[in-house]
Amino acid sequence: MDRVLFGDNQFFGVNHMSEEKARAQQMRFQDLGAVLDVLDAAYQEGVRTFMCTTHDRVAEICDYFRANQQKYPDYQFYPCMPYAHKYANAVTEHGMLEALRRFLPDDGAIGAMLKGGVALANKDVEAIMQLLIDAEMKMFHGLRTPVIFIQNVITDLLLGLGLNDCFRIFHDHVRNRYGAEPGFITMNVPRLLDVLDGLGIDNPIVCANINKIGFRMCGGIELYEKTIATRRFRPVAMSVLASGAISPREAIDYVCRQPRIESIVFGASSRGNIRQTKQLIDELTRSKMEATA
Amino acid sequence: MVRVGMIGLGKMGLSHVAIVRAHPQVQLVAVCDTMTYLTDVLAKNAGLKCYSDFDRMLAEEKLDALVVSTPSKLHASMVQKALERGLHVFCEKPFVLDVGDGERLVQLAESKQLVNQVGYHYRFVGAFQEAARIVKSGAIGTIHHVRAEAYGPVVLRAKGGTWRSAKSEGGGALYDYACHAIDLVNFIAGTPASVGGVVRHGVFSRDVEDEVYCSLYYANGASGQLSINWSDESFRKMSTKISVWGTNGRITADRQECQIYLREAHPSVPEMRPGWTIRYTTDLTQEVWYYLRGEEYSAQIDHFVRNIEQRKLDGENTFRSALQADRVVSMILAEGAAAGASAASQAGFQPAAAPARKGVWARLMGGAS
Repeated sequence: MDRVLFGDNQFFGVNHMSEEKARAQQMRFQDLGAVLDVLDAAYQEGVRTFMCTTHDRVAEICDYFRANQQKYPDYQFYPCMPYAHKYANAVTEHGMLEALRRFLPDDGAIGAMLKGGVALANKDVEAIMQLLIDAEMKMFHGLRTPVIFIQNVITDLLLGLGLNDCFRIFHDHVRNRYGAEPGFITMNVPRLLDVLDGLGIDNPIVCANINKIGFRMCGGIELYEKTIATRRFRPVAMSVLASGAISPREAIDYVCRQPRIESIVFGASSRGNIRQTKQLIDELTRSKMEATA
Repeated sequence: MVRVGMIGLGKMGLSHVAIVRAHPQVQLVAVCDTMTYLTDVLAKNAGLKCYSDFDRMLAEEKLDALVVSTPSKLHASMVQKALERGLHVFCEKPFVLDVGDGERLVQLAESKQLVNQVGYHYRFVGAFQEAARIVKSGAIGTIHHVRAEAYGPVVLRAKGGTWRSAKSEGGGALYDYACHAIDLVNFIAGTPASVGGVVRHGVFSRDVEDEVYCSLYYANGASGQLSINWSDESFRKMSTKISVWGTNGRITADRQECQIYLREAHPSVPEMRPGWTIRYTTDLTQEVWYYLRGEEYSAQIDHFVRNIEQRKLDGENTFRSALQADRVVSMILAEGAAAGASAASQAGFQPAAAPARKGVWARLMGGAS
């Protein structure tokens, strides 16, 4: 994985500090052109991986990069699925069963089975999950997607429910069907690692909040630091700036000093901020490597 | 260990199951729902003991507590059965649809000394807790106005088939969105004595209201406004905001931040200068042992479990507290029905029976449909 990944929260009105700021960003980025300008700026600054939710609008971004492969020959996506509000709103509107049916292919046998109210066997759960993954992946057809993530709201729901098999199904399908490495986004790293270890999923890519103030690091910052230092997994740090609660240098310095963090994902809306953050990560990564050499 | 059973595996129910099951002091004994395709999966793949018959689960399992997240209409009878068996109860909001039922259940829970809590999770959001703390401290002076707003994208077209769109089941924006905002008003500014100027209209729904507006009146002369609309697509998800005006300033809080304006410094909040102070969720949030969708969902379950362990009966969101929200809801329904009846007789149309689209058009254009 690249050291620096570009995130997408700023494009879709997600901001953990302020609803007003989130809305202002939503307004600015309702034009696809504004989104593409920022992605292009990030690419010019050397950030060629876009880690993005499978939001409907990402399909348009995919169209652009499919059409401009000469301009961005090494561009790649790390899809994070699903865009949970899409499902949550459908469940509220239609109920769970009807919502599920709506996200499955029209003519599929599974849909018919759900309609008939037939009890689901294990293989059916696997088949449904595979179909849902395929549906989310459609928009990335023809693009490079070397890592495919499952979103934290789903990871942590499955984790809490104890539906551990689903992680195995996701892992196997992503590898077999897409030749990609599965990644897991979570707010509960230590607990997830216990489960993945139990499933025999070795050295998994796990993306989680890792920041100096311990914001949304369940189990506490000390346990996270110990987990990162001692357990076998490939950490990707997100929310490193804790939505702006920590100054950039202090925030990135903290993450770079943690051992074995492979990648850092961040979002920004201006070329200046992208450059500053990218340079900080490069600089502080180098100085850490020199210190440990 | 607290032995917990759960009934109702809808969206909130499933999320509660995940959080409850992950709690270190809880043994999740069994869950119950009539959706057998779902309980089958949970039984086979998650090793959860599942029932489709509530009475059987209560009869067969040795439980300390029950979590109820069924459609609202079913709350009263299920909570009653659980209390009668001596179980501590956590019930999803709204508590009950009938205030009389609620009063009975409050009595029952209190007389049996059982821990009882309702899922008004906003009381566990750091920014709202901060707003309540500052208002109660007296820092913004005597409160003269409060405004509670909730907007979001739940019903965006004229179709929809869940219990949320059925009046008899406790559907509609009043029970779903407004009661959260009302409970926040009660939490932060106190419970209003009466309501007036009630508007409950469908935007897309036929059977239930999609928007609710009304004035709130306090015994001491203070006033408030409630503004609710769950057919607003411009919001990505439910967004709830409360503002309180006092003689020494004002507070506005939402899930992300708490903005405070003080005219003059106040001894109860020595850390705040006159003018603006902004507190963000990143400072105000307490760490939880397990995170799913928001700290508040875990924090409220943790609160319930701890209260059971300590036999603490006066925690946050007791039935007695949640019933105050139900009382305001019932005032809104009573006032709205009276106002609606007179408006309908004057205008010559029937809001409930008219197709929703036409209803809106008729209202806005002043014509009868």
